[in-house]
Amino acid sequence: MIIQALSFYLFAFVAVAAAVMVISARNPVHSVLFLILAFFNAAGLFVLIGAEFIAMILVVVYVGAVAVLFLFVVMMLDISFAELRQGFLQYLPIGGLVGVVLLAELMMIGGTWIFAPAASTVKANPTPAIDKTTNTEAIGNILYTDYIYLFQGAGLVLLVAMVGAIVLTLRARPGVRKQKISDQINRRPEDAIEVKKVQSGSGI
Amino acid sequence: MISLNELMPALPEIVLACMGMILLMLGVFRGDGSTRSVSWIAVLVLIVVGVVLSSVQNGRMTAFGGQFVVDDFAHFMKWLIIIGSSFAILMSINFNERESIARFEYPVLILFATLGMFMMVSANDLISLYIGLELQSLSLYVVAAFRRDSLKSSEAGLKYFVLGALSSGMLLYGCSLVYGFAGTTSFEGLATLFKSLGGTGPSVGLVVGLVFLIAGLAFKVSAVPFHMWTPDVYEGAPTPVTAFFAVAPKIAAIALFIRVLVGPFGVLIADWQQVIVLISIASMVLGALAAIWQDNIKRLLAYSSIGNIGYALIGLATGTEAGIRGILVYMTIYLAMNVGTFCCVLAMRRTGRMVENIADLAGLARNQPLMALALAILMFSMAGIPPLAGFFGKLYIFLAAIEAGLYTLAIIGVLASVVGAFYYLRIIKIMYFDEPAEVFDRSMGREVRAILVGTTLFVTFFIVRPDIIVEGAGTAARMLLAG
Repeated sequence: MIIQALSFYLFAFVAVAAAVMVISARNPVHSVLFLILAFFNAAGLFVLIGAEFIAMILVVVYVGAVAVLFLFVVMMLDISFAELRQGFLQYLPIGGLVGVVLLAELMMIGGTWIFAPAASTVKANPTPAIDKTTNTEAIGNILYTDYIYLFQGAGLVLLVAMVGAIVLTLRARPGVRKQKISDQINRRPEDAIEVKKVQSGSGI
Repeated sequence: MISLNELMPALPEIVLACMGMILLMLGVFRGDGSTRSVSWIAVLVLIVVGVVLSSVQNGRMTAFGGQFVVDDFAHFMKWLIIIGSSFAILMSINFNERESIARFEYPVLILFATLGMFMMVSANDLISLYIGLELQSLSLYVVAAFRRDSLKSSEAGLKYFVLGALSSGMLLYGCSLVYGFAGTTSFEGLATLFKSLGGTGPSVGLVVGLVFLIAGLAFKVSAVPFHMWTPDVYEGAPTPVTAFFAVAPKIAAIALFIRVLVGPFGVLIADWQQVIVLISIASMVLGALAAIWQDNIKRLLAYSSIGNIGYALIGLATGTEAGIRGILVYMTIYLAMNVGTFCCVLAMRRTGRMVENIADLAGLARNQPLMALALAILMFSMAGIPPLAGFFGKLYIFLAAIEAGLYTLAIIGVLASVVGAFYYLRIIKIMYFDEPAEVFDRSMGREVRAILVGTTLFVTFFIVRPDIIVEGAGTAARMLLAG
């Protein structure tokens, strides 16, 4: 129990610290790396509450794809972040005001929130029973049986998106010299070398 | 567990999806040189899918736990979509080669768009509705920008994409509101819930959700006030793509419109009828008036399609069996007329370049009398002049409106169609009575000529046996209202 509590505080502290570093780091590449750290710690927190599927998805999707994509974009675009930050203090009051208003609204919602009476009974008796199956298995079971139609349909949508991106952007550029390994291997000395009899004293 | 038998109703969709992927692989491995064969195989696949569709069709069946439904209504609409899609592929074969945009992805994307439309027509759940709609729209955005070196085509694709994404957002927002206030996404569940409401009426949130849902769907059928994208996209997209846009997606979207409003929301007709009446009137009036000042024939046809959707929505506003039968007949005739007209637009090319101005048709009757005759018949039909098919399409719709007591709507519809007749007849006047312009290239292509002849014959001789289509439409409408 104490290990659980300790790991919670460890993950939570590192996640918050990393999140602060994301917005305060000077180097944008460092920001993205801190973002990845924050994601990993959030994944750790999900494991602690028993949601191992979401933890895996967080690592695979957010760290594996989204954050790496961010990293590429940040590295490839030459943005001067120092310039972007210049008006920071100037915009702080209005930005802070918007933040405070949002926070107040959230707290008002939180204060008046009432759960539906049926919600607690549903929460107490999950289907399938929680000791019979894991999260991943339960999601897989429902996704690949009851919702197979929508799952496959969504897959086709993604396929069309991919085909569309290729159709609209891929160009076979003329004049590009590609390496043809079979040509290189098949080349024999006779094709490449020509022996010439040079007349002595006259040059080529 | 899903047994194979349960998948049977979705067999056409499964065949279509698998063949789409196989053709994609074929194209990737064989390169763009295989475009012609991929296109022909795609048309063959569509025909096979149609045969499978008719052979598995047997009353009302659901699959995938009720997320997917097949009935006579879906069967009828899917056949129209198959015809529209195969015409779009056939019309593109020669066109794309001449414009040097012949790429194998085109027929594959059309196949996936067709699959999306099938899913829309068979949707029986708000989520499957959305997935089908997205699959269809995403393929359409890409084919709109298919001539990617042309600024206009790219603009069309981008505009369609941005506005389409916006409308999808509205649709999803509506779906989430409906789900939040009703607690279910299944159409059957919604229908049961609304029936149990009795006299109390739905909550405000539900009505707001319904309005957003209607707004999203109205965008897809390009009804006023969500029509702004239509003229630009129609003008910019390659002509076979425009022909496709004018028929198949419209048919699928109007089918979805009918299925959603008449199905789960049928009990709440008092809440949505006024909205449909309003957008129907606005579409008819704008379609009739705005087209008058157009010079470009593709823009003209865009406004004409907006007007035509207005007429179809009259049938929806009635919410009766006769109204839905009217829509089905109307959409069938609309399909034939539009495809035929676009065949003529495809033939409008001079010295190897497309010309799209109405003035370029001048004196066509002397240069190419047969094509002029075909276009004249199609235009007379669009104007709704008896005994051509277009007249009957409007007749069934207006009859249904009068039966349902929507007299204002019927009167405005008749007036709008009289105004609309002006610009259809203007095209005929230009073709027959103006000084001849230069001759068009005679390079129509065998497929396009066959489609033009077929559709013109259909439009002309519809009067001989109208019962074939009208009875099929009647059965479909009956089943939709019964289920």
